[in-house]
Amino acid sequence: MSTPYAKLPGWADYGLIPLVNLLVAFAVAGLVVLLVGENPFRAAVILVDGAFGSGQGIAYTLYYATNFIFTGLAVAVAFHCGLFNIGGEGQAYIAGLGVGVVCLAFDHVLPWWLTFPIAILASAAVGALWALIPAYLQAKRGSHIVITTIMFNFIAASAMVYLLVGPLKPRGAMAPQTRQLAEGAQLPKIGFLLEPFGLTVRPSVPFNLSFILALVMAVVVWAIIWRTKLGYEIRTYGFSPKAARYAGISETRIIIITMMISGALAGMMALNPIMGDQHNVSLDFVSGAGFVGIAVALMGRSHPAGIVPAAILFGMLYQGGAELAFEMPAISRDMIVIIQGLVILFAGALEHLFRPTVQTLFASLSPRSVSMAAKGERA
Amino acid sequence: MAQAAIELIGINKSFGTVQANRDINLVIERGTIRGIVGENGAGKSTLMSILYGFYQADSGDIKVDGKPVSIKTPNDAIALGIGMVHQHFMLVQNFTVIENVILGAESEALLNKSIAKARSELERLEREYGLEVDPDAVIEELPVGLQQRVEILKALYRGAEILILDEPTGVLTPAEADHLFRILEQLKQQGKTIVLITHKLREIMAITDTVSVMRQGTIVATRETAKTTVEELAELMVGRRVLLQVDKGEPRPAEVKLSVKDLTVKDSRGVTMVDNVSFDVRAGEIVGIAGVAGNGQSELIEAISGIRRAVSGNVMLDGKPIDVTGVCDPGELRERGLAHVPEDRHHVGLVLAFEENENSILGYHDQPKYLKGPFLDIDAIRNDAREKIEKFDIRPGDCRLRTANFSGGNQQKIVLAREMEQNPEVLVVGQPTRGVDVGAIEFIHKQLIAMRDRGKAVLLISVELDEIRSLSDRILVMFDGRIVGERGPEATEGELGLLMAGVEQQEAAE
Repeated sequence: MSTPYAKLPGWADYGLIPLVNLLVAFAVAGLVVLLVGENPFRAAVILVDGAFGSGQGIAYTLYYATNFIFTGLAVAVAFHCGLFNIGGEGQAYIAGLGVGVVCLAFDHVLPWWLTFPIAILASAAVGALWALIPAYLQAKRGSHIVITTIMFNFIAASAMVYLLVGPLKPRGAMAPQTRQLAEGAQLPKIGFLLEPFGLTVRPSVPFNLSFILALVMAVVVWAIIWRTKLGYEIRTYGFSPKAARYAGISETRIIIITMMISGALAGMMALNPIMGDQHNVSLDFVSGAGFVGIAVALMGRSHPAGIVPAAILFGMLYQGGAELAFEMPAISRDMIVIIQGLVILFAGALEHLFRPTVQTLFASLSPRSVSMAAKGERA
Repeated sequence: MAQAAIELIGINKSFGTVQANRDINLVIERGTIRGIVGENGAGKSTLMSILYGFYQADSGDIKVDGKPVSIKTPNDAIALGIGMVHQHFMLVQNFTVIENVILGAESEALLNKSIAKARSELERLEREYGLEVDPDAVIEELPVGLQQRVEILKALYRGAEILILDEPTGVLTPAEADHLFRILEQLKQQGKTIVLITHKLREIMAITDTVSVMRQGTIVATRETAKTTVEELAELMVGRRVLLQVDKGEPRPAEVKLSVKDLTVKDSRGVTMVDNVSFDVRAGEIVGIAGVAGNGQSELIEAISGIRRAVSGNVMLDGKPIDVTGVCDPGELRERGLAHVPEDRHHVGLVLAFEENENSILGYHDQPKYLKGPFLDIDAIRNDAREKIEKFDIRPGDCRLRTANFSGGNQQKIVLAREMEQNPEVLVVGQPTRGVDVGAIEFIHKQLIAMRDRGKAVLLISVELDEIRSLSDRILVMFDGRIVGERGPEATEGELGLLMAGVEQQEAAE
């Protein structure tokens, strides 16, 4: 122990520090708003009100959050194995192909409740296969997974452009997208779930069944990581590859399996916009959700219980941001991206910026917490 | 009585509610060598860190040469003539000796001028204290014994009158350690004051004038070295009687359990670390491999236990071959009855971020008794961990505690409990008591002997020669990747020391 830092209690570690990061991000964002001549407090009110002020807003927020839960979980699973999967964007994009093909094949034949499970499997399988190649290269050839997954994002994007302006586009259509999907590939809206809370949601809002799937996957990820032998091996490798080698855990096997799970989770994100909202596969339908997943996983401490609220926070920024751009003309769509970027910067990249300060503060406020650090406390 | 170089008066230091130093009063006379002994966590390092300005005491005064001083940073300490030689050297590996010596004490803006100025001063120091080192040698090419001299020179160059050495002999051969003691003796003759922190009681007896024993943050006794015994000091350290010499009966070696033949292992850079090594370990005996760290012992046991791939050679476990040159799975070896306590428990033997119970199945997590289908059987794992905690007296006895929060000795017990409770036929143990306190050493040694007496084969490597000598039934000495001699447990330290330094071999070559 070199400095008397306090070992933070759980609520400070998982609640206070993200909150401090968030407040700083909003403070800096407020300065940006001030710079373009708008009132930052009014902007904040519009943002929060737009996201949570109405049933409508909440439903949109949760729709966006669904995307981020999937991609956040994908990044988190890889983190537990010590791998940085930046390829969620590409894995989700290419998984749209799997979802699209299944939907185009079955939407006139099967009801949605039969198409959906097949589409889930297809999205997971395609996402997993897209992650398999970088995983194999990392495990067998030592090619760094960060580099290869980034490159695979570009390959996925190019491949999808080719497919959407070519083979998947209906003859004679002008837009680079598939034909509209029939009812057999449209997921039911679940806005009615908000009605018991006195909220009304119009049927046009795309809040759909994939949100439930995302929550189920959050539980599944928790169970895999903390309750299965596989998760034990993933965490062992993630904390200490040497200990994993000592324990007889195959490096190749664990990297490949983990990345395939990660890719499958990212791939499932494609279900939400394709089957739940647009009912087609269009260009760039992922629109950055893969990258937001990195920030969500960092902010949520790679734990599903943190990832879900973090995803809802980013859902709020998306939904509230859209309202803000509409209400305040001086704040353009690009300004919203700046605000989102600041949140990612402070909550993700600079996650540990305020940790020492908070720890010193705790040390001076309660000497007991220091002794807890010295003696140790329950993990 | 000689004048006091250092006086510590009523020093208290707490980290939260843990009182690392409690009302410490210590007077160290000028021109003497003072030993400070104590178990891990007794507060030795904290006390010295206060003296060297790493920590501030909560209360208490420090006097240097009779004058009250305030030491807030190591720079203050250096200005007062206090120098410290750390356990882990603080040297820039690719700098030369002279560059390291002047680092942070450059006198001129231009490096060339500083070096020229430093050279004559350095040569004077080397001459005066018998600390010969080539000033232009690059650090990474020097043996550790010489690197340590550079550390001492660094302190002297900064005008140190008081020298604190923290576990200085951990990395040295017996011969190098003897040389260090001669240097310290010479420094004492010149009027320097030396504080030696160590857990090796033999060194205390060999070199110090007085010795202070610390336990649980307080100084429990200060003795004149000439008037005390190793037994008394050990008892003072632990607070009860300790068996230093391990009690063990005659070995009853039976059939060969582990047979190594012509094993050659290279490290990741392609340097041959193990060179054509052959030996057998029989059931019911402990075979110890002695050697200075870095002479191939680590690579040898890594190859045997399947962590590192060998270049060539055969290893037989219970008469059946192990594929040491091909893909060799440590998990499969465990099933075949070979358990391995690795040298590096922090990175290899344990996952420090895990709960204790999670570590107690590491490597055995495939066993059906810990699983329910693909799921971990959490209850079974925790109950199993509690049993081991009980049996091996692991403290604190909480299987949900993070492993990093256990002391070194208890961490080692976690590893040993895990490996021994699987009842393996062959146990390969590396550095079983490194960084482990005296009480736990005694316990671990007893467990290893008990294992032998149950008719198991034990292969032990350790850089602690005392440990090898007291535990082993046969001692193999490794030097430069080869086994250069085999001796019985009655071999003297001097004899083994020469072998470890490769002396006999060089003579044979001449």
